Amino acid sequence: MTKLAELARLIRSKNAGPFVLTFDVMFEDEARYQRVKNSGALTREAVAGCYGLPPKDVLFFYCDHARAVKASIPRPYFQGDLRDSDGHGGQQYAPLMDIEIP
Amino acid sequence: MDEIRVLSPTGALGSGYLETSLETALSWKPDFIGCDAGSTDPGPAYLGTGKPAFPREAVKRDVRLMLKGARRLKVPLMIGSANTAGGDEHLAGLVSIVREIAAEEKLSFKMAVIHSEQKKDYLKMRLKEGRIKPLDPAPEFNEAVIDRSECIVGMMGAEPFMNALEQGAEVIIAGRASDTAIFAAMPVMKGFPEGLAWHAGKVLECGAAAVVNRKTGDCMFAWIRKDHFVLEAPDSTLQCTPQSVASHSLYENADPFKLIECSGTLDLTNSQYEQVSERGVKVSGSEFIPAKRYTVKLEGAEKVGYQSVIIGSIRDPFFIRQIDDWTERLLVRCHARVKQVYGDRMKPEDYFINIRIYGKNGTMGPLEPVKESLAHELCLIIEVTAPSQDVASSIAGIVRHQGLHLPIPEWSGLITALACPYNPAHLDRGPIFRFNVNHVVEPDSPLEMFPMEMVMVGEPTQSKVTA
Repeated sequence: MTKLAELARLIRSKNAGPFVLTFDVMFEDEARYQRVKNSGALTREAVAGCYGLPPKDVLFFYCDHARAVKASIPRPYFQGDLRDSDGHGGQQYAPLMDIEIP
Repeated sequence: MDEIRVLSPTGALGSGYLETSLETALSWKPDFIGCDAGSTDPGPAYLGTGKPAFPREAVKRDVRLMLKGARRLKVPLMIGSANTAGGDEHLAGLVSIVREIAAEEKLSFKMAVIHSEQKKDYLKMRLKEGRIKPLDPAPEFNEAVIDRSECIVGMMGAEPFMNALEQGAEVIIAGRASDTAIFAAMPVMKGFPEGLAWHAGKVLECGAAAVVNRKTGDCMFAWIRKDHFVLEAPDSTLQCTPQSVASHSLYENADPFKLIECSGTLDLTNSQYEQVSERGVKVSGSEFIPAKRYTVKLEGAEKVGYQSVIIGSIRDPFFIRQIDDWTERLLVRCHARVKQVYGDRMKPEDYFINIRIYGKNGTMGPLEPVKESLAHELCLIIEVTAPSQDVASSIAGIVRHQGLHLPIPEWSGLITALACPYNPAHLDRGPIFRFNVNHVVEPDSPLEMFPMEMVMVGEPTQSKVTA
């Protein structure tokens, strides 16, 4: 087992507009991308699990040309609203780093 | 015309680009220069206050070089989403910069100024007609929201830019615009395939962001042709690869394959990416699916209140291990003291005290999966939001004092719980804002929400036409 953070070139989060958070997991080469994609460990359900959400709330994509896996979720609080803690949404990806990839 | 050449000097006006890159790009003879000057990413305060996110001097530097370049080549310069948020105040701010530069550089040109701030009566009319529809997720939107908004803008599509170009505009300064529409307008107008025009625009609007080795904000160039487009960054040290260009559609989008615009959806499902030179990438196969109904997305901001903030930290492990209980008790104490001081003049629903606990879940709040913090110190940021700055500041004074001395069972005697780095211990933030709309309008025409003025800049007589 290897942690996702050791296989990815970049794991990031960002606003996709003020109401949605989006996550990108990007890989340097095809081998690592395919390993993760085919592992069955980085899935809509896995992302939902990281953030305590029902899977139906997660948009999930494999982007072959980009060698990337992408997911989007509704923000717990809208960007800039009273309880929002991350105006640019840039530090919400950390739980993805620990996903174990066989 | 079998090719249209496009220069995007920077991904965000005011964030900078290299003058050498611009000169290289100008030598490649662009047919127009486009630039995105706005985003919601900096937050609701800009739409709420009319202020730009980038400093005026930084914006002026960026505009000056691209404006001089555009006039030298006699090609249109199109800037969308003026001064971050595109409201009338933002638009006026950017127009004043352009006019100053024109005077300083002795430039003259025909300029279109396109407004995007929406009249409240217009929005109420469309709301009544059921022609304002929510996106997902969306806050509640009704007449009261319209009334209390500081500013609501519509995000224009390509048509207002096309209209300005058809009327001979040499410089277009637009309010809030789809970033992509700034770049798609001329290619679509000249008959290039919409899928390629919009996809090229999607990459161009972020400047050099789609390169492998982004160093700083810089220029991007595209050659759009009938069956493909080619991208290359003018700086010879920057490289586009199929992977870097394909990756770019991920950035700040919820769905990396389908990008919704006013007039349709850019579909990248069948896009192909190919390295055509050491630094250039060819893209083909992108499609544009026209919308059944033309829609314009709204962005709005309203004032939430006024805020004061206290920053204080805790080092004592007795406090740290019961921090949730301690902060709950602190809130109860604060509300009781506010009631004692203000009586019925300040009800609990009139103000809001928010306690953020850094070292526990300050960054992620409810999304934080780590429940047991191992931190040896915690930082509390306590915000008081109230109807006026005076009240926010006064309640912050109450919170400070209650917070300093709220006891825990482990210690007997008067304690001081919070280490406050600032004096006074609280900071007054002034008015604060929230985004309050995530809806689209169904207008009768793509132009009806975006009135345009055409003005001559740099000549003694200024003619004014309204379209």
